[in-house]
Amino acid sequence: MPSEKKEEQYLKEREEFFKMLPKLNRRQFLKVAMASAAVALAKNQFPPHSFQLVEAVEAKQGGTEVKFRFAYISDTHLYERKLNERFVRAALKAVQDVNALDPQPDFVLFGGDLAQLGQAEELKLGKEILSELKPKVYMMVGEHDWYLDLGEKWIELFGKPYYSFDHKGVHFIVLNSVLVDDYWTEAKMSPMDRMKFMAQLDNPNGRPFTVGRGYGDVGKKQFEWLKQDLAKVSRDTPIVVFSHSPLYKYYKPWNFWTDDAEEVQALLRPFRNVTVIHGHTHQPVFHRIGNINFYGMLSTAWPWPYAPTGLPKLTIKMNRADPFDQFDGTGDGTVEVLANGKANKIYNLWSREPMKVTARYLESGGREEVPPLPIDPSF
Amino acid sequence: MSGSKHFYLGILFFIAFVLSFTFISEKQANSSAKVTYQVKIPLGIPKDLWEMFIPPDNPITPEKVELGRKLYFDKRLSVDNTVSCATCHDPKFAFAENKKVSEGVGGKKGARNAPTVLNAMFYEEQFWDGRAPTLEEQAKQPIINPIEMGMPDHDAVVKKLKGIPEYVEAFRKVFGGEITIDRVAQAIAAFERTLLTGNSPFDRFIAGDQNAISESAKRGWQLFQGKARCITCHEFNRSNPFFTDNKYHNIGVAMNREGFAELARKAEMLAKQGRLDKRKLDELALDPAYSELGRFLVTLNPKDIGAFKTPTLRNIELTAPYMHDGSEATLLDVIEFYNRGGNDNPNLSGEMRPLNLTDQEKQDLVEFLKTLTGEFPKDFPENK
Repeated sequence: MPSEKKEEQYLKEREEFFKMLPKLNRRQFLKVAMASAAVALAKNQFPPHSFQLVEAVEAKQGGTEVKFRFAYISDTHLYERKLNERFVRAALKAVQDVNALDPQPDFVLFGGDLAQLGQAEELKLGKEILSELKPKVYMMVGEHDWYLDLGEKWIELFGKPYYSFDHKGVHFIVLNSVLVDDYWTEAKMSPMDRMKFMAQLDNPNGRPFTVGRGYGDVGKKQFEWLKQDLAKVSRDTPIVVFSHSPLYKYYKPWNFWTDDAEEVQALLRPFRNVTVIHGHTHQPVFHRIGNINFYGMLSTAWPWPYAPTGLPKLTIKMNRADPFDQFDGTGDGTVEVLANGKANKIYNLWSREPMKVTARYLESGGREEVPPLPIDPSF
Repeated sequence: MSGSKHFYLGILFFIAFVLSFTFISEKQANSSAKVTYQVKIPLGIPKDLWEMFIPPDNPITPEKVELGRKLYFDKRLSVDNTVSCATCHDPKFAFAENKKVSEGVGGKKGARNAPTVLNAMFYEEQFWDGRAPTLEEQAKQPIINPIEMGMPDHDAVVKKLKGIPEYVEAFRKVFGGEITIDRVAQAIAAFERTLLTGNSPFDRFIAGDQNAISESAKRGWQLFQGKARCITCHEFNRSNPFFTDNKYHNIGVAMNREGFAELARKAEMLAKQGRLDKRKLDELALDPAYSELGRFLVTLNPKDIGAFKTPTLRNIELTAPYMHDGSEATLLDVIEFYNRGGNDNPNLSGEMRPLNLTDQEKQDLVEFLKTLTGEFPKDFPENK
């Protein structure tokens, strides 16, 4: 019956209307309030399309409703259980967090550095802990997982170190961004020497991370694969890239750095919506270069201080963590992928208020939707 | 363009800033008028701190303190004339109680152990979950909580008091007007600001008397600041000698109740959907089904699930049982609780970890805690 259809249409409109109410900024809200007042004057006689005015306002920003969510856990740095219970506890806490999310996320990304020294026991313990997660888990590798045996054990446990998948119209790419030039063969390093050399900060002989170079032809192959993978994707398809290191140049001495970042960014430039989610930096850090929004992930193990130079301007610095509180400055989080192909990131800081950083904040050059500033001045 | 806008904004702020000073100095001029009452400030509390904590809109006078005291001990503030403030915050037990959880009208049981009123004026927020910002706001709530004093609402309280001539007269004398619920709260709060505690053996030790406490207690004090990590939350220094950081922590006490994790998740959902009714906060806080959520009921922030305020440790020896639910019977039980790192749960504070204390160290800590028993007002006309 046609009248019923109208009823249905109205209800649907109304539902949409209420769904978007919380997402309005003040100016839009006033407009909506005026529109609703007019509607109320009409004694609740809602004509069809009564919310058109609002939708027109929405259309300017376009499709900001959440299409789906995924959760992330990163940088657990597990030691064998007998050596260190604290990081195990933190990783378990993150797993419990994700399992308690309602609605459940579509999947979980693990951001790399599952193990501290890439040892089989550490990686197995990590796998055991992550197997408790209810949603599907996509794994990414970090340098702490890789440089004991150049990824042998990790690949055995988790599969390919780089791959892509499609989910609800979004193309996801997982990279191995921690490839470096061979520094070990000539120096005759043992596997553990190689691992510990890699784990150093401020290492004057350290080699920078890359996606498309590194020892042998492993980087070249990956870069070639990435080009071909992107060639199959339309320019309008939203792209989300997971990398362990930030896919830009932040601070070289700590390897907060990807040496061929510009080359990777160039491959991503033709696409309309690109989001990069990276681990490794253990801190809220956000950046925008050209068409790409970058977000760093929190670690569950410990927070890093901000590097002395090179911090992206859009970052709102987290206050120094409380040294007495194991969980301060650490955490996990979720990413909201929006209908318009953009992504908002929620930092679920364990001992603090959660912090939401929207794509809009980055794209407006930090002028709109500014996340709350920390109460104390940053260091 | 925007630069000039900023400049004008700056000017505006500057003017506001200057004006604020004139406003403040006026306030300060009045502040000498806010205290016409001589309170005995015991050793251990900085002299000028007390006056700083008297709110300018509720000056303290001898008449007001006397009225507040009457109200504090008056059972007629409850629906069946059986419960007063002093029922649960009893001078005999250092203004707390010796029950696990408080009992209100008709023997109804709440979900929380009554905290002490002594030095409560120095807390940043009142109640175990900090849901009241001031002593005045705190005083209003138990009177109309169905399981505490059980009055139907504040109007009923005022009406009942208006039927008592001596109160009508006293309010006119103190406030120059009618009885209102805000004035009831102001009088009670004024009385509570005279309930100070200090001059314990520990205060005398800090003041320089090496013989004030035993060797065992001295070792306990070292442990308190060191290996046992108590001072992390039970802050103590000369300007904040109250053994609290005024913050909220989940140490796992809430895990004593079955189904806590499930409750926490349910609450998080309700909060997300905006279905937790804040107006009912006081009832939710004492409803055994929700009480264990603690600070979360106030902030609706998941990190606060199962978190409760760090309480003072003064007179701790007199206020057993311990914790917000009275679940630990003795001081040694409390030490054991912390020694195992609290009770594990998804929200356990990152500050909790096993302490590996020896039996001797546990004993030393208990000895130290006993030196915090100090002086406080005990004898009032109403409780003779």
